[in-house]
Amino acid sequence: MIRLRRLFLAPAWIITAGLFLAPLGIVVVYSLLTRGAYGGFSLPWTAESYTRLMDPLYLPILLRSFWIAGASTVLCLLLGFPLALFIARSGARRNLYLSMVMLPFWTSFLVRTYAWMFLLRDTGLINSLLIKLGVIHDPLPLLYNDGAVLVGLVYSYLPFMVLPLYGTLERLDGTLLEAAADLGATPWAALTRVVIPLCTPGIRAGSILVFIPCLGAYLTPDLLGGGKSEMIGNLIQNQFTTARDWPFGSAISLVLMGIVMALLFAFVRRDREGLL
Amino acid sequence: MNTVLALRDVSKQFPSHLAVDRVSLQVQRGEFFSLLGPSGCGKTTTLRMIAGFETPTSGEIRLNGAPIEQLKPYERNVSTVFQNYALFPHLTVRENVEFGLRRTKQSDIAKRVRDVLELVRLSGKESRYPTQISGGERQRVALARSLVLAPDVLLLDEPLSALDPNLRKQLRSELKSLQRRVEITFLFVTHDQEEALSMSDRIGVMHAGVLEQVGTPEEIYLTPRTRFVAGFLGAMNWLGDIGVRPEAVRVSESAPGNGARCRSATVVQSSFLGNCLRLEARLENGDPLVAELSRLNGSFAPGDRVHLWWQPADELTFV
Repeated sequence: MIRLRRLFLAPAWIITAGLFLAPLGIVVVYSLLTRGAYGGFSLPWTAESYTRLMDPLYLPILLRSFWIAGASTVLCLLLGFPLALFIARSGARRNLYLSMVMLPFWTSFLVRTYAWMFLLRDTGLINSLLIKLGVIHDPLPLLYNDGAVLVGLVYSYLPFMVLPLYGTLERLDGTLLEAAADLGATPWAALTRVVIPLCTPGIRAGSILVFIPCLGAYLTPDLLGGGKSEMIGNLIQNQFTTARDWPFGSAISLVLMGIVMALLFAFVRRDREGLL
Repeated sequence: MNTVLALRDVSKQFPSHLAVDRVSLQVQRGEFFSLLGPSGCGKTTTLRMIAGFETPTSGEIRLNGAPIEQLKPYERNVSTVFQNYALFPHLTVRENVEFGLRRTKQSDIAKRVRDVLELVRLSGKESRYPTQISGGERQRVALARSLVLAPDVLLLDEPLSALDPNLRKQLRSELKSLQRRVEITFLFVTHDQEEALSMSDRIGVMHAGVLEQVGTPEEIYLTPRTRFVAGFLGAMNWLGDIGVRPEAVRVSESAPGNGARCRSATVVQSSFLGNCLRLEARLENGDPLVAELSRLNGSFAPGDRVHLWWQPADELTFV
């Protein structure tokens, strides 16, 4: 039996080791080498890539990334909570609504981001409509700024917030809400004193699922931010492409990963029931 | 005595069926009133309309003379003890009890919570979470949480049904004496006739959405107004439209000539129940008849020929 179990687990182990641990090892090695003259890398071993990160040039990018990822998470929570609550309470139609939340996943992330560019650009749908209606005369600067990046990130990662929230809200015992009302709680009081506290595991899981990919996002800030709204992801991407500084790119990747893991541990440790 | 809660022609139509059919009812202040009936009879729907979780399709509900059927649950001074207790799992016993005391002065809260927890004998468990206490204790937290608000009417939705049978019997008398002490009107919903009979000042029997009879336990049991009420409370032998309680049936070897109704029968089975003897017999026309006799009547074996009789006054006739 035990041998059979090992046999079945083998593919998973091979994939994890070969496609995750080995590349990660390579990144660690690269980050400690010197940049090659024409890209790539060469000896000697050095920690210079890590010390370069202390350069005040990069700190704003790091802070921006946290600010944008944090703002996206809060916006996803504010938008996703009412949506999840609505779906959890819509009875027989909840599967229809859930599949509508999932629907965007059926098309490519890239295509969806380009679609936002068509909506937001100066000659895009929104601006031309507003001009035609006479609301404005000159196009609004909707694209290539932080706002556009936020819109893109919130749009892309909202389902990751809605699904865990829906999971906890759907399990919420409806008689608890009746009990709260019975004891004099207005709907708002019932929400803040009963629903939200009992929904904390879902809020926590959803926030992690949104915050982490947003922190490392590069496609959305690249396309919707137009290079003006750089995040860590773009910085890393640049090191491997235009800047041809693989060791530095590797070092930033590892630092980002370290920060994310530290945050994750801090979050999980606070979660007493381990309901992540 | 004055009326605290009055229902007039209250109906509730659900998409699939009429759950409550023109129920009129008056509950007196300080009374222990039970709504009794089988599951699906509309008793819980009636309770939920009083609590405000359902809106009546028609009719009027008055609390202290004022109509309340359009008020939200949090605007009515009634409180519910739910069947599953619905305690807040993220709050301690104390926080659960304090939940409804939001607008009370802080100094009063501590005293009221302490008093009510003492009343339901939960002192010392204030800091436990609902998952850390027993089922009986949870039920008492649910009671305390409602009692602390001093509601005009306390609504109890089968609060004993989730407990094990021994505990349930013990809690009947506790609940009754608690109600006497706090002098709060209890409206108790149950499908358990013993529970209703043993605790209530008055009982309303419901069947298929209709309130069939309201009266004291004695009235309901001894002078049932409908065939359903007669059959639902206690055991009943049916001889056509005539009902006779098993405990009213007597046995003798020859027919008594005292004006009693008498039938000859064959013993099918005789069981000794300790305090009485239960005799299952078959009449000559094949109908079964059950008698509960004093064990002093001797013993009977299957196949014995006996005469079963009862006084005409013990017959209940329904047309």
